[in-house]
Amino acid sequence: MNATWSRFNITSITLGFAFLYLPIVLLVVFSFNESKLVTVWGGFSTKWYVSLFHNQGLMDAAWVTIRVGLISATVATVLGTMGALALTRYTRFRGRVLFSGMIFAPLVMPDVITGLSLLLLFVAIGMDRGMTTVILAHITFTMCFVAVVVQSRLVSFDRSLEEAAMDLGAPPVKTFFQITLPVILPAIVSGWMLAFTLSLDDLVIASFASGPGATTLPMKIYSQVRLGVTPEINAACTLLIAIVTVGVIIASVANKRREVQRQLDERAAQRG
Amino acid sequence: MKSLGSIRRDFAPWNDPKAKPYIQFDGVTKRFGDFTAVNNLSLTIFEREFFALLGASGCGKSTLLRMLAGFEEPTAGRILLDGQDLRGIPPYRRPVNMMFQSYALFPHMTVENNIAFGLKQEGMPKPDIEKRVADMLKLVKLEQFAKRKPHQLSGGQRQRVALARSVAKRPKVLLLDEPLGALDKKLREETQFELMDLQQELGLTFVVVTHDQEEAMTMADRIAIMDKGEVMQVATPAEVYEAPTSRFVAHFVGNVNMFEGKVAERTDKATRITGATGAQIVVENGAAATGADIIFAIRPEKIRVSSKKPADAVNALEGEVYDIAYLGDMTVYHVRLDDGQIVRASALNAARVTEDPLTWNDRAWVSFRPDAGVVLAR
Repeated sequence: MNATWSRFNITSITLGFAFLYLPIVLLVVFSFNESKLVTVWGGFSTKWYVSLFHNQGLMDAAWVTIRVGLISATVATVLGTMGALALTRYTRFRGRVLFSGMIFAPLVMPDVITGLSLLLLFVAIGMDRGMTTVILAHITFTMCFVAVVVQSRLVSFDRSLEEAAMDLGAPPVKTFFQITLPVILPAIVSGWMLAFTLSLDDLVIASFASGPGATTLPMKIYSQVRLGVTPEINAACTLLIAIVTVGVIIASVANKRREVQRQLDERAAQRG
Repeated sequence: MKSLGSIRRDFAPWNDPKAKPYIQFDGVTKRFGDFTAVNNLSLTIFEREFFALLGASGCGKSTLLRMLAGFEEPTAGRILLDGQDLRGIPPYRRPVNMMFQSYALFPHMTVENNIAFGLKQEGMPKPDIEKRVADMLKLVKLEQFAKRKPHQLSGGQRQRVALARSVAKRPKVLLLDEPLGALDKKLREETQFELMDLQQELGLTFVVVTHDQEEAMTMADRIAIMDKGEVMQVATPAEVYEAPTSRFVAHFVGNVNMFEGKVAERTDKATRITGATGAQIVVENGAAATGADIIFAIRPEKIRVSSKKPADAVNALEGEVYDIAYLGDMTVYHVRLDDGQIVRASALNAARVTEDPLTWNDRAWVSFRPDAGVVLAR
């Protein structure tokens, strides 16, 4: 491998990162802008953050988004895990290929189509649109992501662990909760986090499924931007970015630490 | 008193007509779709026996073990344990425990929690569990590893945790699926003897599945040799080696020379066999009728190789030294007989100096006693 920094490497890295992060950096910088004009720098200030917390509309939307995210991610995780279990465990039932194809189809389904079909369904069964319908819609489209994540873990799961537990006297249900679930828990947690994130930043499906009184944060931001970007929105987005960044950093550091510790342990075990 | 092999066995309930069978496979068949894994198999195992199921992969030995553990139900036939029919009893209610080939240690539990798992399931009081776990850890010499997780242990230590966990509940029968398969050779040999000692100490019935004949010979009281879902022979290691009842068993265990021939003449004491190319062999222990097509099987170490025909030899065949391998403890000769057949003979190097050294392409005689081999049906 070429370890030197050639001019070409430097250029491509600079361009790549600029392409990825320049818009975000601009957004963050201008959230601290004194001026009300988004594109003109008027000095440093945190006043937009203060006014953000007094903007009842944005705060309400944020609260709706968090509730929708928590509920839909949790339900989707339960359903997705059950689906993944069924697909990996009962490998011989009729129509399994069709079924497993169908659970993954929403992964590539355009959001517009998912949203529209859900809207049609809600109208057809006469369901009033509101937070419930947004939650249902989000469960529908995040469930398959959970199923994919959990299934990939279950495929490498050593079934003899379950057999050993049963052999030692644990009935199937106990075996599931004491052995299977703890072992696949990391995958379930990542599935939940994925579902929560997807629910947080979904605009399209929520717009179709939502009704009065159930405006999510992305919907609120989008509708405000149409009237002109305010530094308040910048501040809200900066906070979101901060939360996501901190979350990702904590998760990856913890992961890395665990991995390093495991390798150290294993090396020590081989020596001793 | 004459006996097969070099061990006198005092524990031999299989020779006692009054002994009560402990585990009985009675006409057991197991099919997976079109594939018959176990075919109408009957087998009896006695209490406190160390029993080995030996065979190549796919012979049905693991399926047999899994049926005993309750992970598979027989398609036909029944399995009795201590007189009780096991049909329909799920694995978690059977008084047997299994040690898995992959060990199947619970990765999220410490060593002591792994061992305690089965005891907690049966609702043993906490102080008793603690005492039993401590006993088990002492038994497998892992006292100082109680708080470790499985990934913090070496392969040999994991194997011992798996063993401790499977005997912690004092099962009626311990099933071991390739228990030493994942260990390196040196550790495997040590562990074989440890397992035998453990079985003696606990007084349990062990049923072990293995593909390693040396392992089965070392540990087991009796071996069942399996092929294509059927039992070919059930016998002590010495009987399996010295008195195989079929060509398959003779071939499967150890090295063997086979001569095809016909029974030319039978007297009370001896049978004379004429080989396909005219060689004459006299054996003492052949039951085949005159004129029958048979195979004479003889182990390499029962054949003597010499440069001159031994004066007292009943059976002596002439040929040429084709290959020699000096292995230290013994020397292996390949002698090509004048009729073209190659005979493998091995000589124990009991002395450092050889009186009658041979080299490649020397004329040589192979000789053996009339009771050195067995006559098998073709």
